[in-house]
Amino acid sequence: MSLREAAAVTGVGETKYLRGTDRTALSFQLEASLNAIRDAGLQPSDIDGLIPYGHGAVAEDFITNFGIKDLRFSATTPMGGASAVASIQCALAVIQAGICKHVLLSLGRTGYSGGRIGMRVQQMPQFRTIGEFEMPLGAIAPAQLYAPMARRHMELYGTTSRQLAEIAVTTRYHASLQTNATMRSPITIEDHQASRMISDPLRLLDCSLESDGGAAIVISAPDRAKDMAKRPIMVMGVAEGHPDSPSAITQRPDLTTLGLAKAAPKAFGMAGITHSDIHVAEIYDCFTYIVMCQLEDLGFCKKGEGGSFIENGALGLNGRLPVNTHGGLLSQAHMAGMNHIVELTRQLRGEAQAQVPNAEIGLVTGYGDMGDGAVAIMRRG
Amino acid sequence: MSDYDKLVPSPTPDTQPYWTGLQEHRLCLQACADCGRVRHYPRPVCDSCWSMNAKWIDASGRGKVHSWTITHYAFHPGFKGDLPYILVTVDMDEGVRMNAQVRGIVEADLRVGLPVKVGYDKVKDDLTLPVFEKA
Repeated sequence: MSLREAAAVTGVGETKYLRGTDRTALSFQLEASLNAIRDAGLQPSDIDGLIPYGHGAVAEDFITNFGIKDLRFSATTPMGGASAVASIQCALAVIQAGICKHVLLSLGRTGYSGGRIGMRVQQMPQFRTIGEFEMPLGAIAPAQLYAPMARRHMELYGTTSRQLAEIAVTTRYHASLQTNATMRSPITIEDHQASRMISDPLRLLDCSLESDGGAAIVISAPDRAKDMAKRPIMVMGVAEGHPDSPSAITQRPDLTTLGLAKAAPKAFGMAGITHSDIHVAEIYDCFTYIVMCQLEDLGFCKKGEGGSFIENGALGLNGRLPVNTHGGLLSQAHMAGMNHIVELTRQLRGEAQAQVPNAEIGLVTGYGDMGDGAVAIMRRG
Repeated sequence: MSDYDKLVPSPTPDTQPYWTGLQEHRLCLQACADCGRVRHYPRPVCDSCWSMNAKWIDASGRGKVHSWTITHYAFHPGFKGDLPYILVTVDMDEGVRMNAQVRGIVEADLRVGLPVKVGYDKVKDDLTLPVFEKA
């Protein structure tokens, strides 16, 4: 039994994305959820399954605020930035099992106004090992823990910082076309090269934002999805993958391969399509390097060829593979990839602000917790 | 040294011998007491034979650089005075990797395969951290 087309994305919602707020993460998460539920043409009390992003709102918050009378499923998929896409697989499974009709995926955060990432990581149980053995040495934040992956790729394959800059420049241009993006002034490769070094080889403009806001999506059973407010976006294939040595990157046999490499063949196999069928891709972009590495692990090019694959505007709206058409975590807002699912849905509906012409099939990835990956392939229903 | 303001480890019974070894200027690595596989970081179960019997070996302290980063931003205020600092990831001769700052190695020296050896940096009375030096 396969999860192929076991459910559809039927609603998407966001709050205004901000850098500075006095609101709570909970209020952002509930506002985004209400927007997604409205977009689907449902009442909040219609939701019968919940997969909130970890470290935020819990089922009790939704039952209390939405008046849900018969919640039938609640879970989290704790994979950091891979959680949102991994929760699509979870939602499809519980819908196919007949447990739920409408599952709400949601996230709200005060990443800019609340605690910053270097401090947040120290408090996560999945990182207790690096907390003991690496953080006392000064290896604390993701930028520092991921930089040796990028450096290794550069040393093995000749990948350059200017190639990574292409991702930052293209993503910023896409953000400049959005009304709801926090960084909208276009940048050049030279701007990237002049931005300050954070943890070599990663510069400031290789790093994603810290943001305040919320994003949410509704996933519905196919028999309901066909008669809802918007055209359904069918999930053709979905999978998650966990790398070897998932917490301690230092101990990973191959620093340049992520968990996504295990998930991608499963998702493409389930969807029954090939890479050339993908019209648009929303790729988790906590750092520019992670985008390039995922394009390799997805199979769009061979390992080591990511640098040349992304050159010359290849990821732009008119390039060979339009990527992060909303501006991503690098320039729209860091919503842990929930905003990537929102954008892919809008692209396939044909209602995106930076629309890829005739986008009918697309792909979205999540990446997080030092190497976990997830991927979903969707089509216009 | 009482004003040490960086992050410090909180050892468990599974990991304490590593830290005690560093205090004595020995690099102790955990190994499976049944199949002999060396593992890092210390943990309760061997992922090769699933034995819960562990022992500690005195490691050579020698290895070769696998990758590195040079940090220019203090993600914790205690590290502000160290900036910029080099962190190397090293393939140890025992088959595991270690991460540590360097002493006496500069950016121009860095390359994949650079031979290094462990040194010991007593940062406060009850804490010695590993560092890597040119071998």
